[in-house]
Amino acid sequence: MSTDKICVIIGASHAGVNLAFSLRKEGWEGAIHLFDSDPVLPYHRPPLSKAYLTSNDPIEQNALKAASTYKNEHIDLHLGVKVIAIDNTIRTVSLDNGTTQKYDNLVFATGASPIIPPIPGIETATNTYPLRTAADVLHIKNTINTSSKKRVVIIGAGYIGLETAASLKKLDASVTVLEREERILQRVTSPTMSQFFLDLHTSNDVSVFTSKNVVTIESLKENDIISNIVKCSDGTLYPADVIIVGVGVRVNTELAASIGVEIENGIKVTETTATNIDRVYAIGDCSFHHNPRYGRFIRLESVQNAVDQAKVTAAAICEKETKYDTVPWFWSDQYDIKLQMVGLSDGYDDIVIRHEEESESNNKFSVWYFKGSELLAVDAVNNAKAYVIGTKFIKKPTLIDKIKLGDSAIALKPANLLL
Amino acid sequence: MAKITFITPDNESVTLEATSGSVMELAVQNGVKGIDGDCGGVCSCATCHVHVAEKDFPLVGEPSEIEADMLELEDEVSEFSRLCCQIKVSDAIDGITLKVVEE
Repeated sequence: MSTDKICVIIGASHAGVNLAFSLRKEGWEGAIHLFDSDPVLPYHRPPLSKAYLTSNDPIEQNALKAASTYKNEHIDLHLGVKVIAIDNTIRTVSLDNGTTQKYDNLVFATGASPIIPPIPGIETATNTYPLRTAADVLHIKNTINTSSKKRVVIIGAGYIGLETAASLKKLDASVTVLEREERILQRVTSPTMSQFFLDLHTSNDVSVFTSKNVVTIESLKENDIISNIVKCSDGTLYPADVIIVGVGVRVNTELAASIGVEIENGIKVTETTATNIDRVYAIGDCSFHHNPRYGRFIRLESVQNAVDQAKVTAAAICEKETKYDTVPWFWSDQYDIKLQMVGLSDGYDDIVIRHEEESESNNKFSVWYFKGSELLAVDAVNNAKAYVIGTKFIKKPTLIDKIKLGDSAIALKPANLLL
Repeated sequence: MAKITFITPDNESVTLEATSGSVMELAVQNGVKGIDGDCGGVCSCATCHVHVAEKDFPLVGEPSEIEADMLELEDEVSEFSRLCCQIKVSDAIDGITLKVVEE
């Protein structure tokens, strides 16, 4: 392979960093330039709302790779630098430090940015943060630690909002979650799981309210301490020393669009993660890609997708035969609950809920989503076995006896569940 | 302080030292080939699968229930399999050898 070729990767999180190292594994001998506006050595994002929020460990503890490994693999990591423009006719990116960088291959691993909804007062509200970067979490931690009342309002009951709620309880915060939809996790899971997590948080002394539309945030000054009053459309008021905004993300597509890359619900890519422009690729949260198992275009916000697409892109850039074909999987940790999810449940018309007999607390169960006889997805709560078996069945479509599956007296083993 | 030897899928031997953290973290921080640790060490991805040397297995011990279940996803699972994000570095495991399982 030619050593004078240059690969530029925009975005150094899970997708970008894994791509850089995967390129070396695939034998890429050219230069690799990895850019990110975040000045911190690239880190794992899932712990941000979990262990990193609750511990005093430095962010380096969560580094994706040690600084020395970038050097060893001759990966040029440019942190705290933003790509501001691209000229694809001369194949050059321009940076906000006034320099430019040429490329032969260009990869968008630009991810997504938290949405800050247009609520009057939100721009000027004190101690109001999204939760996407290490810096966001440091701000949240510092504010909680110096606040006497520690009243937190989380706007949005998605996974990040709920994980953050669970973590903040460990820091003795008083936590209120406000969700606009009728149920929590509405966009991402079934009513069964929504109810389970609602009960879980309620029993852990988190106040969760649904159908709450935040209309204004006002500032309140008492004894020189400034806090916020969060007001909802039904007239209810929630005082907050800290506000965390977790209402979803907007995909970072602007740079890609500026050079004529096709955008739909993200940057549209082929099965090899290529865009419509020659030697330009997109991976991770920003990519709108086809999933062969489910037969449709999707966009995923997950570590699995970022890492697996990175491997495909590395192979594609090295001109090896490759194809992105995976069953998506996700996880979420809240309190002592480990939720593992595999597959995509959208379009299910039948559900089997299986509680394990040995479980006294009802906290070990699994939800199996079917469309007719076809298993689409499994949500497993404290039940890795269900997750693993579900993964196998989804990867290799198998006819499942739903009656046996739902019968906790029948051991959870693949052979016991066949029709 | 524990010295831990990794045998990578291409049969390279790498010996590393640490006093704390998990074995997966040690491997990833030092770029040991074949140990990815994609989930960051929460027993969710099974990309840190190792076979513990038979003589060392008692030092490391059996996997937990969830770990054992996750290992069932793996093709190369053996009676000495562990996910090394679940192995804590301590004096007790000084001198062990782990064979990295290729994905």
